[in-house]
Amino acid sequence: MSKPNLKVAIGSLKLQNPVMVASGTFGYGREYADYVDPARLGAIVTKTITKNRREGNRPPRICETTGGMLNAIGLQNEGLEDFIQEKLPACRDAGTKLIVSVGGETSNEYGEVIEALNAYPEVAAYELNISCPNIEYKDKIISQDEELTHKVVRDVRQKTDRTLIVKLSPNVSDITRIARAVQDGGADAVSLVNTFLGMAVDVETRRPVLGNITGGLSGPAIKPMALRMVWQVYNKISLPIVGMGGIMNARDAVEFLIAGATAVAVGTANFVDPRTPLEVVEGIASYLSQHHYKDVKELIGSLNVS
Amino acid sequence: MKVQIASNVFLRDKYLLLEFCAPAGFAMPEPGQFLHMRIEDSFDPLLRRPLSIHDAVWQAHSKNGRKKHVVRILYEVVGKGTALLAEKRPLTQIDVLGPLGRGFDLKKIGRSRCVYIVAGGMGVAPLFFLARRLREGRKENARGPKIVVFIGARNKDHIIREKEFKDLGCEIHVATEDGSKGFKGRVTDLLKTILPPATDGAVSADGQEGAPVICACGPKAMLAAVAALAQQRGLAAQVSLEEFMGCGLGACLGCVIRTVSGYRRICHDGPVFDAEEIIWGD
Repeated sequence: MSKPNLKVAIGSLKLQNPVMVASGTFGYGREYADYVDPARLGAIVTKTITKNRREGNRPPRICETTGGMLNAIGLQNEGLEDFIQEKLPACRDAGTKLIVSVGGETSNEYGEVIEALNAYPEVAAYELNISCPNIEYKDKIISQDEELTHKVVRDVRQKTDRTLIVKLSPNVSDITRIARAVQDGGADAVSLVNTFLGMAVDVETRRPVLGNITGGLSGPAIKPMALRMVWQVYNKISLPIVGMGGIMNARDAVEFLIAGATAVAVGTANFVDPRTPLEVVEGIASYLSQHHYKDVKELIGSLNVS
Repeated sequence: MKVQIASNVFLRDKYLLLEFCAPAGFAMPEPGQFLHMRIEDSFDPLLRRPLSIHDAVWQAHSKNGRKKHVVRILYEVVGKGTALLAEKRPLTQIDVLGPLGRGFDLKKIGRSRCVYIVAGGMGVAPLFFLARRLREGRKENARGPKIVVFIGARNKDHIIREKEFKDLGCEIHVATEDGSKGFKGRVTDLLKTILPPATDGAVSADGQEGAPVICACGPKAMLAAVAALAQQRGLAAQVSLEEFMGCGLGACLGCVIRTVSGYRRICHDGPVFDAEEIIWGD
């Protein structure tokens, strides 16, 4: 039997397989060079970059919880100029599609970063991070507000023809409404989901474990909730979905595909075992062969609810 | 990379020594580097545990006499991860990343005629490897620098590896908070009494041929005190920091310390830093 087809498309972005690495868990690609050949991945998504340098939150920034971890990094990055000068040249040789995660506080800031990056052909697509829980946009996360989400997406859409993926926060009462706002704003895809807000307390000192007090929960603990959101959004909008949240192995990834994701991203699992994304690629291929699928696209949204 | 545990034994109370033979392809570690160890194949605990390399030596195999590269990890049972690690029996395979991180700057230290090693609690773990390397790694100068070791702990039951440092030929000073052994009080108070006084006009000993240097590992408060003392006496100090880590590879920015050049990654830019780089008390 011939090998199953793993190719998928997100807007105009063509991926050799549906497996990416999630923003913030893989640096700018080269940190994992000893363990993972990025050329075998569908795409890499960079750590979020912002127009200006951001120092990030005070430590401690991470903490382990049962079945997961909390993080409050605070979008530490050296800013756009440094990214272009120092990080981008190395990304050129990665041999896979490069998706740059872009953060900002206003639509103008997102727009400025994207306009600057439009000049670099090695950037294949953008993922708008409008859902980081660890920084303050005056008083809210953009993707917690339908109107604000719509405005930011619409404004940024004017700045680029490249594939525009918008990453959403799960910390909302109805994620389908936000996803709808993203679709109406003209984006090409949604990434579901960013981390769930949480916290941990040191009972000896009665102090928060994280320097930022609260942080974002990721890892296997959030997978059922992330999966539910992918399924809900899949049923409400027509944009392709990049599914993520606690994917630790190929079976988890296949669950997301069946629930409606066109592609998946491996995040926290990179910390547990850097080889995970490659194992997920291979595992999806074996799953398809074993179940006699010729194409991964047959799996997408194939959840049988009859 | 999988390594096979050769032994994993309690030295005392909650302190264990784990030993394995480095498999092919395992890089020879530098003092101050660590291994990022996956304790269980399951996801509980989820994250790896960074553990300092306590020792790495070439040893003749007891049966065939062939040289093997033995790596040792000294650790204390402090939580779920280390408790599970303590249960691992010989022949168990365990997944490790590393050796990782930037260790002690041996070039700088090696030029010194006297190295003050200051260990607080589990700080002895990486510092023993440093002492061994300083003792054994020098060809051009058979004696190497004089090594003066300070070990501090809560009480005498927590003073470990004293004999091993002695066997290397180090001068040893012990401090316990309750006075049950050696100096009563903090190890940095003991250090204060033994370090040479500041020489006139000396600001930093960096570059001064043969100037003494301090190498320390332990709780952050102790390291801050060491850094202050080093500055006061005009000595260079290298400190090894401990922090919970995510990736261990410099990607996640989860383990950072505030420095004069902003937050830097303990896993990748450290864990050893020049003391004067660190902004303490953040």
